[in-house]
Amino acid sequence: MGKRVGMEVSIGAAEAVKLARAECIAAYPITPQTHIVEHLSELVNNGELDAEFIPVESEHSAMSVCCGCSAVGARTFTCTSSQGMALMNEILFIVPAMRLPIVMILANRSLSSPLSIWNDHSDIMSIRDTGWIQLFAENGQEVVDHVLFAFKVAENPNVLLPVMINMDGFILSHVIEPIELPDQDVVDKFLPPYNPVQRLHPDHPITMGAFAIPDLFTETKKAQEEAIKSSFPYIIKAWDELGNTIGRYYNPIEKYKSEGKKILFITMGSFGETVMTAIDMMEEKGIDVGLIRIRLWRPFPEKEFLDAIKDADILIVIDRAITFGGMAGPVTTEIRSVLYHEENMPAVVGFICGLAGRDVTPKDYERMVEIAKEKVKKGKEKEYEIYGVRE
Amino acid sequence: MTKPEKEISWKEIPIGAASIEPGNAMEYRTGDWRSMRPVWDKNRCVKCGVCFIFCPDAAIHKVEDDYFEADLFYCKGCGICARECITGAIKMVEEE
Ligand code: SF4
Ligand code: SF4
Repeated sequence: MGKRVGMEVSIGAAEAVKLARAECIAAYPITPQTHIVEHLSELVNNGELDAEFIPVESEHSAMSVCCGCSAVGARTFTCTSSQGMALMNEILFIVPAMRLPIVMILANRSLSSPLSIWNDHSDIMSIRDTGWIQLFAENGQEVVDHVLFAFKVAENPNVLLPVMINMDGFILSHVIEPIELPDQDVVDKFLPPYNPVQRLHPDHPITMGAFAIPDLFTETKKAQEEAIKSSFPYIIKAWDELGNTIGRYYNPIEKYKSEGKKILFITMGSFGETVMTAIDMMEEKGIDVGLIRIRLWRPFPEKEFLDAIKDADILIVIDRAITFGGMAGPVTTEIRSVLYHEENMPAVVGFICGLAGRDVTPKDYERMVEIAKEKVKKGKEKEYEIYGVRE
Repeated sequence: MTKPEKEISWKEIPIGAASIEPGNAMEYRTGDWRSMRPVWDKNRCVKCGVCFIFCPDAAIHKVEDDYFEADLFYCKGCGICARECITGAIKMVEEE
Protein backbone atom coordinates (compact mmCIF):
# COMPACT_ATOMS: atom_id res chain seq x y z
CA MET A 1 0.00 0.00 0.00
CA GLY A 2 1.06 3.52 -0.73
CA LYS A 3 2.04 5.97 1.98
CA ARG A 4 -0.22 8.77 3.15
CA VAL A 5 1.46 12.07 2.30
CA GLY A 6 0.32 15.66 2.53
CA MET A 7 -0.46 17.05 -0.92
CA GLU A 8 -2.78 19.48 -2.60
CA VAL A 9 -5.93 17.68 -3.70
CA SER A 10 -5.50 18.93 -7.30
CA ILE A 11 -2.01 17.38 -7.42
CA GLY A 12 -3.42 14.15 -5.99
CA ALA A 13 -6.12 14.16 -8.68
CA ALA A 14 -3.52 14.58 -11.44
CA GLU A 15 -1.36 11.83 -9.90
CA ALA A 16 -4.42 9.56 -9.92
CA VAL A 17 -4.91 10.25 -13.65
CA LYS A 18 -1.27 9.22 -14.11
CA LEU A 19 -1.83 6.04 -12.07
CA ALA A 20 -4.87 5.31 -14.28
CA ARG A 21 -2.51 5.57 -17.29
CA ALA A 22 -4.69 8.02 -19.21
CA GLU A 23 -3.64 8.09 -22.85
CA CYS A 24 -5.19 11.37 -23.99
CA ILE A 25 -5.76 14.59 -22.08
CA ALA A 26 -7.24 17.74 -23.59
CA ALA A 27 -8.10 20.56 -21.23
CA TYR A 28 -8.10 24.32 -20.94
CA PRO A 29 -7.08 25.93 -17.65
CA ILE A 30 -9.76 27.64 -15.57
CA THR A 31 -9.87 28.52 -11.89
CA PRO A 32 -10.14 26.45 -9.67
CA GLN A 33 -9.26 23.46 -11.84
CA THR A 34 -5.94 24.90 -13.10
CA HIS A 35 -3.52 22.98 -10.87
CA ILE A 36 -4.84 19.64 -12.13
CA VAL A 37 -4.19 20.52 -15.77
CA GLU A 38 -0.85 22.17 -14.99
CA HIS A 39 0.39 19.15 -13.10
CA LEU A 40 -0.78 16.77 -15.83
CA SER A 41 1.02 18.77 -18.51
CA GLU A 42 4.18 18.58 -16.39
CA LEU A 43 3.80 14.82 -15.94
CA VAL A 44 3.43 14.37 -19.71
CA ASN A 45 6.26 16.80 -20.48
CA ASN A 46 8.77 15.14 -18.16
CA GLY A 47 7.91 11.69 -19.47
CA GLU A 48 6.29 10.37 -16.27
CA LEU A 49 2.97 9.90 -18.05
CA ASP A 50 2.96 8.43 -21.55
CA ALA A 51 -0.03 10.34 -22.91
CA GLU A 52 -0.94 12.86 -25.58
CA PHE A 53 -1.52 16.21 -23.90
CA ILE A 54 -3.43 18.24 -26.46
CA PRO A 55 -3.48 21.98 -25.73
CA VAL A 56 -6.63 23.61 -27.07
CA GLU A 57 -7.98 27.15 -27.43
CA SER A 58 -11.23 26.62 -25.51
CA GLU A 59 -13.25 24.14 -23.48
CA HIS A 60 -15.53 23.52 -26.45
CA SER A 61 -12.45 22.28 -28.29
CA ALA A 62 -11.19 20.41 -25.22
CA MET A 63 -14.29 18.23 -25.05
CA SER A 64 -14.43 17.90 -28.85
CA VAL A 65 -10.84 16.61 -28.86
CA CYS A 66 -11.71 14.25 -26.00
CA CYS A 67 -14.58 12.89 -28.13
CA GLY A 68 -12.17 12.11 -30.95
CA CYS A 69 -9.62 10.52 -28.63
CA SER A 70 -12.19 8.36 -26.91
CA ALA A 71 -13.82 7.43 -30.22
CA VAL A 72 -10.56 5.93 -31.50
CA GLY A 73 -10.24 3.96 -28.27
CA ALA A 74 -7.92 5.99 -26.04
CA ARG A 75 -8.39 6.32 -22.27
CA THR A 76 -9.34 9.99 -22.09
CA PHE A 77 -9.40 12.55 -19.29
CA THR A 78 -10.32 16.20 -18.98
CA CYS A 79 -11.32 18.62 -16.27
CA THR A 80 -13.01 21.97 -16.11
CA SER A 81 -15.11 24.31 -14.01
CA SER A 82 -17.98 26.80 -14.19
CA GLN A 83 -17.64 29.11 -17.24
CA GLY A 84 -15.37 26.60 -18.94
CA MET A 85 -17.95 23.89 -18.43
CA ALA A 86 -20.58 26.25 -19.83
CA LEU A 87 -18.48 26.71 -22.95
CA MET A 88 -18.23 22.94 -23.48
CA ASN A 89 -21.95 22.52 -22.91
CA GLU A 90 -22.83 21.52 -26.47
CA ILE A 91 -20.33 18.64 -26.48
CA LEU A 92 -21.27 17.48 -22.96
CA PHE A 93 -24.56 16.13 -24.34
CA ILE A 94 -22.86 14.42 -27.27
CA VAL A 95 -20.39 12.35 -25.18
CA PRO A 96 -22.90 10.08 -23.38
CA ALA A 97 -25.15 9.91 -26.46
CA MET A 98 -22.19 8.48 -28.40
CA ARG A 99 -21.37 6.27 -25.37
CA LEU A 100 -17.81 7.54 -24.98
CA PRO A 101 -16.23 6.60 -21.62
CA ILE A 102 -14.48 9.92 -20.92
CA VAL A 103 -13.66 10.81 -17.32
CA MET A 104 -13.92 14.42 -16.21
CA ILE A 105 -13.34 16.22 -12.93
CA LEU A 106 -15.56 19.23 -12.45
CA ALA A 107 -14.06 21.58 -9.84
CA ASN A 108 -17.40 23.06 -8.84
CA ARG A 109 -17.67 26.83 -9.01
CA SER A 110 -20.53 29.30 -9.36
CA LEU A 111 -21.64 30.57 -12.77
CA SER A 112 -21.51 34.26 -13.75
CA SER A 113 -22.81 36.87 -13.41
CA PRO A 114 -21.72 38.48 -11.14
CA LEU A 115 -18.33 36.93 -11.74
CA SER A 116 -17.18 34.70 -8.93
CA ILE A 117 -14.43 32.12 -8.81
CA TRP A 118 -15.75 30.51 -5.62
CA ASN A 119 -17.47 27.25 -4.95
CA ASP A 120 -21.09 26.20 -5.24
CA HIS A 121 -23.04 23.72 -7.36
CA SER A 122 -24.63 26.00 -9.94
CA ASP A 123 -22.32 24.61 -12.64
CA ILE A 124 -23.10 20.93 -12.12
CA MET A 125 -26.82 21.51 -11.64
CA SER A 126 -27.02 23.26 -15.01
CA ILE A 127 -25.70 20.11 -16.74
CA ARG A 128 -27.57 17.58 -14.65
CA ASP A 129 -29.47 16.27 -17.66
CA THR A 130 -26.54 15.74 -20.02
CA GLY A 131 -26.52 11.97 -19.41
CA TRP A 132 -23.17 11.66 -17.61
CA ILE A 133 -22.80 9.42 -14.58
CA GLN A 134 -22.33 12.01 -11.82
CA LEU A 135 -20.56 11.57 -8.47
CA PHE A 136 -19.71 13.87 -5.60
CA ALA A 137 -16.44 13.58 -3.66
CA GLU A 138 -16.25 14.78 -0.11
CA ASN A 139 -12.49 14.99 0.47
CA GLY A 140 -9.18 14.66 -1.35
CA GLN A 141 -8.82 10.92 -0.87
CA GLU A 142 -12.25 10.39 -2.38
CA VAL A 143 -11.24 12.41 -5.43
CA VAL A 144 -8.14 10.26 -5.95
CA ASP A 145 -10.00 6.99 -5.40
CA HIS A 146 -12.82 8.04 -7.70
CA VAL A 147 -10.56 8.90 -10.62
CA LEU A 148 -9.52 5.22 -10.69
CA PHE A 149 -13.09 4.12 -10.05
CA ALA A 150 -14.50 6.39 -12.77
CA PHE A 151 -12.40 4.80 -15.53
CA LYS A 152 -13.35 1.35 -14.27
CA VAL A 153 -17.06 2.14 -14.46
CA ALA A 154 -16.99 4.20 -17.67
CA GLU A 155 -15.04 1.62 -19.69
CA ASN A 156 -17.08 -1.38 -18.53
CA PRO A 157 -18.54 -2.79 -21.77
CA ASN A 158 -21.91 -3.00 -19.98
CA VAL A 159 -21.76 0.72 -19.16
CA LEU A 160 -19.80 2.75 -21.75
CA LEU A 161 -20.79 6.13 -20.38
CA PRO A 162 -18.76 9.15 -19.33
CA VAL A 163 -18.26 9.74 -15.62
CA MET A 164 -18.06 13.15 -13.97
CA ILE A 165 -16.44 13.55 -10.56
CA ASN A 166 -17.62 16.67 -8.77
CA MET A 167 -15.16 18.18 -6.36
CA ASP A 168 -15.82 21.46 -4.59
CA GLY A 169 -13.57 24.22 -5.91
CA PHE A 170 -11.00 25.56 -3.40
CA ILE A 171 -12.63 23.74 -0.47
CA LEU A 172 -11.15 20.59 -2.01
CA SER A 173 -9.09 21.61 -5.04
CA HIS A 174 -6.67 23.90 -3.19
CA VAL A 175 -6.51 22.21 0.19
CA ILE A 176 -3.54 20.16 1.34
CA GLU A 177 -4.70 16.86 2.78
CA PRO A 178 -3.10 13.58 3.76
CA ILE A 179 -3.64 11.46 0.66
CA GLU A 180 -2.67 7.88 -0.07
CA LEU A 181 -1.78 7.12 -3.68
CA PRO A 182 -2.09 3.39 -4.35
CA ASP A 183 0.94 1.64 -5.88
CA GLN A 184 1.05 1.40 -9.66
CA ASP A 185 0.89 -2.41 -9.76
CA VAL A 186 -2.23 -2.35 -7.56
CA VAL A 187 -3.89 0.16 -9.88
CA ASP A 188 -2.85 -1.79 -12.97
CA LYS A 189 -4.56 -4.88 -11.63
CA PHE A 190 -7.73 -2.95 -10.80
CA LEU A 191 -7.73 -1.03 -14.07
CA PRO A 192 -6.41 -3.00 -17.05
CA PRO A 193 -5.92 -1.18 -20.40
CA TYR A 194 -9.10 0.07 -22.06
CA ASN A 195 -10.48 -2.44 -24.53
CA PRO A 196 -13.14 -0.64 -26.61
CA VAL A 197 -16.12 -2.63 -27.85
CA GLN A 198 -16.56 -0.25 -30.77
CA ARG A 199 -14.24 2.44 -32.09
CA LEU A 200 -13.29 4.42 -35.15
CA HIS A 201 -10.86 2.30 -37.13
CA PRO A 202 -10.19 2.13 -40.88
CA ASP A 203 -10.48 -1.67 -40.85
CA HIS A 204 -14.10 -1.51 -39.64
CA PRO A 205 -15.51 1.86 -40.66
CA ILE A 206 -18.46 3.13 -38.63
CA THR A 207 -20.14 6.54 -38.26
CA MET A 208 -20.66 8.01 -34.79
CA GLY A 209 -23.07 10.78 -33.90
CA ALA A 210 -24.84 10.79 -37.26
CA PHE A 211 -28.34 11.94 -38.08
CA ALA A 212 -31.57 10.37 -36.80
CA ILE A 213 -34.93 10.97 -38.43
CA PRO A 214 -38.03 11.46 -36.20
CA ASP A 215 -38.88 7.76 -36.72
CA LEU A 216 -35.64 6.78 -34.91
CA PHE A 217 -34.66 9.59 -32.53
CA THR A 218 -37.00 8.52 -29.72
CA GLU A 219 -35.59 4.98 -29.87
CA THR A 220 -32.00 6.27 -29.62
CA LYS A 221 -32.89 8.31 -26.51
CA LYS A 222 -34.72 5.40 -24.88
CA ALA A 223 -31.62 3.26 -25.49
CA GLN A 224 -29.45 5.95 -23.86
CA GLU A 225 -31.77 6.25 -20.85
CA GLU A 226 -31.75 2.48 -20.38
CA ALA A 227 -27.94 2.51 -20.61
CA ILE A 228 -27.53 4.89 -17.65
CA LYS A 229 -30.24 3.18 -15.60
CA SER A 230 -28.75 -0.26 -16.12
CA SER A 231 -25.25 1.03 -15.26
CA PHE A 232 -26.22 1.03 -11.56
CA PRO A 233 -25.24 -2.55 -10.62
CA TYR A 234 -21.90 -2.13 -12.41
CA ILE A 235 -21.25 1.05 -10.43
CA ILE A 236 -21.88 -0.86 -7.20
CA LYS A 237 -19.66 -3.73 -8.37
CA ALA A 238 -16.83 -1.33 -9.22
CA TRP A 239 -17.04 0.22 -5.72
CA ASP A 240 -16.80 -3.29 -4.23
CA GLU A 241 -13.78 -4.08 -6.36
CA LEU A 242 -12.19 -0.74 -5.47
CA GLY A 243 -12.76 -1.44 -1.79
CA ASN A 244 -11.24 -4.90 -2.08
CA THR A 245 -8.22 -3.35 -3.83
CA ILE A 246 -7.45 -0.28 -1.72
CA GLY A 247 -9.40 -0.95 1.48
CA ARG A 248 -11.73 2.01 1.21
CA TYR A 249 -15.37 1.17 0.52
CA TYR A 250 -17.91 3.56 -0.92
CA ASN A 251 -21.69 3.60 -1.34
CA PRO A 252 -24.13 5.53 -3.50
CA ILE A 253 -25.75 6.86 -0.30
CA GLU A 254 -23.49 7.37 2.72
CA LYS A 255 -24.87 7.59 6.23
CA TYR A 256 -23.61 9.26 9.38
CA LYS A 257 -25.31 8.64 12.74
CA SER A 258 -28.57 8.34 10.81
CA GLU A 259 -30.01 5.08 12.20
CA GLY A 260 -33.36 5.73 13.85
CA LYS A 261 -32.95 9.53 13.65
CA LYS A 262 -36.10 11.61 13.15
CA ILE A 263 -34.24 14.56 11.61
CA LEU A 264 -31.74 14.04 8.80
CA PHE A 265 -29.56 16.40 6.81
CA ILE A 266 -29.12 15.62 3.11
CA THR A 267 -25.90 16.92 1.55
CA MET A 268 -23.74 16.45 -1.54
CA GLY A 269 -20.00 17.14 -1.72
CA SER A 270 -17.65 18.61 0.86
CA PHE A 271 -20.34 20.22 3.04
CA GLY A 272 -21.01 16.74 4.43
CA GLU A 273 -17.82 16.98 6.50
CA THR A 274 -18.96 20.18 8.24
CA VAL A 275 -22.39 18.70 8.88
CA MET A 276 -20.74 15.68 10.57
CA THR A 277 -18.91 18.07 12.90
CA ALA A 278 -22.18 19.91 13.51
CA ILE A 279 -23.94 16.64 14.32
CA ASP A 280 -21.26 15.71 16.87
CA MET A 281 -21.58 19.14 18.49
CA MET A 282 -25.38 18.91 18.59
CA GLU A 283 -25.21 15.41 20.01
CA GLU A 284 -23.39 16.76 23.06
CA LYS A 285 -26.27 19.18 23.59
CA GLY A 286 -28.81 16.39 23.21
CA ILE A 287 -30.04 17.44 19.75
CA ASP A 288 -30.54 14.25 17.80
CA VAL A 289 -29.75 14.67 14.10
CA GLY A 290 -28.24 12.40 11.44
CA LEU A 291 -26.77 12.85 7.97
CA ILE A 292 -27.30 11.29 4.54
CA ARG A 293 -24.76 12.14 1.85
CA ILE A 294 -25.70 11.55 -1.75
CA ARG A 295 -22.52 10.36 -3.45
CA LEU A 296 -24.14 9.10 -6.65
CA TRP A 297 -26.33 11.79 -8.21
CA ARG A 298 -26.88 10.17 -11.63
CA PRO A 299 -28.18 7.51 -11.95
CA PHE A 300 -30.07 8.45 -8.79
CA PRO A 301 -29.99 5.62 -6.21
CA GLU A 302 -33.69 5.73 -5.39
CA LYS A 303 -34.00 2.48 -3.43
CA GLU A 304 -30.88 3.12 -1.32
CA PHE A 305 -32.04 6.65 -0.58
CA LEU A 306 -35.53 5.61 0.50
CA ASP A 307 -34.06 2.91 2.70
CA ALA A 308 -31.67 5.40 4.35
CA ILE A 309 -34.40 7.90 5.27
CA LYS A 310 -37.18 5.47 6.23
CA ASP A 311 -37.28 6.42 9.93
CA ALA A 312 -37.09 10.18 9.46
CA ASP A 313 -39.84 12.76 9.99
CA ILE A 314 -37.91 15.77 8.72
CA LEU A 315 -35.34 15.94 5.93
CA ILE A 316 -33.24 19.09 5.81
CA VAL A 317 -31.92 19.32 2.26
CA ILE A 318 -28.88 21.48 1.56
CA ASP A 319 -28.90 22.96 -1.92
CA ARG A 320 -25.95 24.86 -3.32
CA ALA A 321 -27.66 26.19 -6.41
CA ILE A 322 -30.91 27.98 -7.24
CA THR A 323 -33.56 26.79 -9.69
CA PHE A 324 -34.73 30.27 -10.64
CA GLY A 325 -38.49 30.45 -10.62
CA GLY A 326 -38.77 26.81 -9.56
CA MET A 327 -40.32 25.18 -6.51
CA ALA A 328 -37.07 24.80 -4.46
CA GLY A 329 -33.38 24.05 -5.00
CA PRO A 330 -32.59 21.24 -7.45
CA VAL A 331 -31.74 18.63 -4.81
CA THR A 332 -34.83 19.44 -2.73
CA THR A 333 -37.02 19.15 -5.83
CA GLU A 334 -35.42 15.80 -6.65
CA ILE A 335 -35.92 14.46 -3.12
CA ARG A 336 -39.57 15.50 -3.12
CA SER A 337 -40.08 13.71 -6.42
CA VAL A 338 -38.43 10.54 -5.07
CA LEU A 339 -40.72 10.63 -2.03
CA TYR A 340 -43.96 11.45 -3.79
CA HIS A 341 -45.43 7.94 -3.84
CA GLU A 342 -44.19 6.94 -0.37
CA GLU A 343 -46.45 6.39 2.56
CA ASN A 344 -45.43 8.31 5.70
CA MET A 345 -43.64 10.90 3.65
CA PRO A 346 -41.27 13.00 5.81
CA ALA A 347 -41.42 16.78 5.67
CA VAL A 348 -38.78 18.11 3.27
CA VAL A 349 -37.28 21.46 4.24
CA GLY A 350 -34.98 23.00 1.67
CA PHE A 351 -32.16 25.43 2.40
CA ILE A 352 -30.09 27.09 -0.29
CA CYS A 353 -26.74 28.06 1.18
CA GLY A 354 -23.02 28.29 0.59
CA LEU A 355 -23.41 30.12 -2.72
CA ALA A 356 -20.14 31.26 -4.31
CA GLY A 357 -17.96 30.16 -1.44
CA ARG A 358 -19.90 31.65 1.47
CA ASP A 359 -19.00 29.69 4.59
CA VAL A 360 -21.59 27.58 6.34
CA THR A 361 -20.44 26.69 9.83
CA PRO A 362 -21.60 24.00 12.29
CA LYS A 363 -23.52 26.75 14.14
CA ASP A 364 -25.41 27.52 10.93
CA TYR A 365 -26.51 23.90 10.64
CA GLU A 366 -27.71 23.95 14.23
CA ARG A 367 -29.73 27.05 13.39
CA MET A 368 -31.19 25.27 10.33
CA VAL A 369 -32.45 22.47 12.56
CA GLU A 370 -34.32 25.03 14.67
CA ILE A 371 -35.76 26.77 11.60
CA ALA A 372 -36.78 23.43 10.04
CA LYS A 373 -38.60 22.33 13.22
CA GLU A 374 -40.36 25.69 13.34
CA LYS A 375 -41.40 25.51 9.69
CA VAL A 376 -42.78 21.98 10.08
CA LYS A 377 -44.70 23.01 13.20
CA LYS A 378 -46.32 25.86 11.24
CA GLY A 379 -46.91 23.66 8.17
CA LYS A 380 -44.62 25.91 6.11
CA GLU A 381 -42.01 23.36 5.11
CA LYS A 382 -42.79 23.81 1.43
CA GLU A 383 -41.29 27.29 1.43
CA TYR A 384 -37.57 26.96 0.89
CA GLU A 385 -35.17 29.48 2.31
CA ILE A 386 -31.99 31.10 1.09
CA TYR A 387 -30.15 30.71 4.36
CA GLY A 388 -28.25 33.70 5.71
CA VAL A 389 -29.34 36.15 3.04
CA ARG A 390 -29.49 39.70 4.44
CA GLU A 391 -32.95 41.23 4.36
CA MET B 1 -30.53 -1.31 -42.12
CA THR B 2 -32.74 -3.96 -43.67
CA LYS B 3 -35.79 -3.09 -41.54
CA PRO B 4 -37.85 0.02 -42.22
CA GLU B 5 -37.07 2.71 -39.60
CA LYS B 6 -40.62 2.65 -38.28
CA GLU B 7 -40.22 -1.00 -37.15
CA ILE B 8 -36.92 -0.68 -35.27
CA SER B 9 -37.13 -1.15 -31.47
CA TRP B 10 -34.88 0.81 -29.09
CA LYS B 11 -33.29 -2.52 -28.22
CA GLU B 12 -31.96 -2.78 -31.77
CA ILE B 13 -30.23 0.62 -31.72
CA PRO B 14 -26.46 0.03 -31.96
CA ILE B 15 -24.25 1.36 -29.12
CA GLY B 16 -24.31 5.16 -29.21
CA ALA B 17 -26.67 5.05 -32.23
CA ALA B 18 -23.62 4.54 -34.45
CA SER B 19 -24.01 3.53 -38.08
CA ILE B 20 -22.19 0.24 -38.05
CA GLU B 21 -22.72 -0.79 -41.69
CA PRO B 22 -20.49 1.40 -43.85
CA GLY B 23 -22.32 2.88 -46.83
CA ASN B 24 -25.83 1.96 -45.69
CA ALA B 25 -27.05 5.40 -46.82
CA MET B 26 -27.25 3.65 -50.22
CA GLU B 27 -30.40 1.95 -48.99
CA TYR B 28 -32.11 5.24 -48.23
CA ARG B 29 -34.60 6.26 -50.93
CA THR B 30 -34.18 10.04 -51.12
CA GLY B 31 -36.22 9.74 -54.34
CA ASP B 32 -39.30 9.69 -52.08
CA TRP B 33 -38.87 13.40 -51.44
CA ARG B 34 -39.19 14.37 -55.14
CA SER B 35 -42.01 16.53 -56.49
CA MET B 36 -40.16 17.52 -59.71
CA ARG B 37 -38.17 15.23 -61.98
CA PRO B 38 -35.23 16.20 -64.26
CA VAL B 39 -35.70 15.28 -67.92
CA TRP B 40 -32.78 15.35 -70.40
CA ASP B 41 -32.91 16.66 -73.95
CA LYS B 42 -30.04 14.84 -75.67
CA ASN B 43 -30.10 17.24 -78.63
CA ARG B 44 -28.94 20.09 -76.41
CA CYS B 45 -26.47 18.14 -74.25
CA VAL B 46 -22.76 18.76 -74.94
CA LYS B 47 -21.65 16.01 -72.49
CA CYS B 48 -19.72 18.47 -70.29
CA GLY B 49 -20.59 16.63 -67.04
CA VAL B 50 -21.49 19.78 -65.06
CA CYS B 51 -24.81 18.24 -63.96
CA PHE B 52 -22.94 15.14 -62.75
CA ILE B 53 -20.56 17.29 -60.67
CA PHE B 54 -23.26 19.49 -59.12
CA CYS B 55 -25.84 16.87 -58.14
CA PRO B 56 -25.76 16.95 -54.30
CA ASP B 57 -27.00 13.37 -54.08
CA ALA B 58 -24.59 11.88 -56.62
CA ALA B 59 -27.73 10.64 -58.35
CA ILE B 60 -26.48 11.45 -61.86
CA HIS B 61 -24.41 8.88 -63.74
CA LYS B 62 -23.05 8.43 -67.24
CA VAL B 63 -25.11 6.35 -69.67
CA GLU B 64 -24.64 5.18 -73.27
CA ASP B 65 -22.73 7.51 -75.62
CA ASP B 66 -21.48 9.60 -72.66
CA TYR B 67 -24.82 11.25 -71.98
CA PHE B 68 -26.04 11.66 -68.39
CA GLU B 69 -29.13 10.53 -66.51
CA ALA B 70 -30.51 10.62 -62.94
CA ASP B 71 -31.13 7.50 -60.85
CA LEU B 72 -34.66 8.22 -59.62
CA PHE B 73 -34.15 6.04 -56.51
CA TYR B 74 -31.89 8.84 -55.21
CA CYS B 75 -32.84 11.97 -57.21
CA LYS B 76 -34.71 14.22 -54.73
CA GLY B 77 -35.74 16.68 -57.43
CA CYS B 78 -33.84 19.70 -56.15
CA GLY B 79 -33.36 21.10 -59.66
CA ILE B 80 -29.70 22.03 -59.22
CA CYS B 81 -28.73 20.08 -62.35
CA ALA B 82 -31.28 21.97 -64.44
CA ARG B 83 -30.11 25.28 -63.04
CA GLU B 84 -26.40 24.56 -63.66
CA CYS B 85 -26.66 22.99 -67.11
CA ILE B 86 -25.06 25.57 -69.43
CA THR B 87 -27.03 24.59 -72.54
CA GLY B 88 -30.40 24.24 -70.84
CA ALA B 89 -30.62 20.53 -71.67
CA ILE B 90 -32.37 19.61 -68.41
CA LYS B 91 -36.00 20.53 -67.69
CA MET B 92 -37.75 19.94 -64.38
CA VAL B 93 -41.19 18.42 -64.88
CA GLU B 94 -43.88 17.86 -62.29
CA GLU B 95 -44.24 14.32 -60.90
CA GLU B 96 -47.70 12.85 -61.32
S1 SF4 C 1 -32.78 17.20 -59.50
FE1 SF4 C 1 -31.21 17.42 -57.91
S2 SF4 C 1 -31.05 15.37 -57.07
FE2 SF4 C 1 -32.10 15.12 -59.02
S3 SF4 C 1 -30.49 14.73 -60.45
FE3 SF4 C 1 -30.82 16.92 -60.50
S4 SF4 C 1 -29.33 17.72 -59.06
FE4 SF4 C 1 -29.49 15.54 -58.65
S1 SF4 D 1 -24.74 19.85 -67.67
FE1 SF4 D 1 -26.15 19.83 -69.43
S2 SF4 D 1 -24.84 19.80 -71.17
FE2 SF4 D 1 -23.54 19.22 -69.49
S3 SF4 D 1 -23.66 17.01 -69.41
FE3 SF4 D 1 -25.25 17.71 -68.07
S4 SF4 D 1 -27.07 17.82 -69.37
FE4 SF4 D 1 -25.31 17.70 -70.73
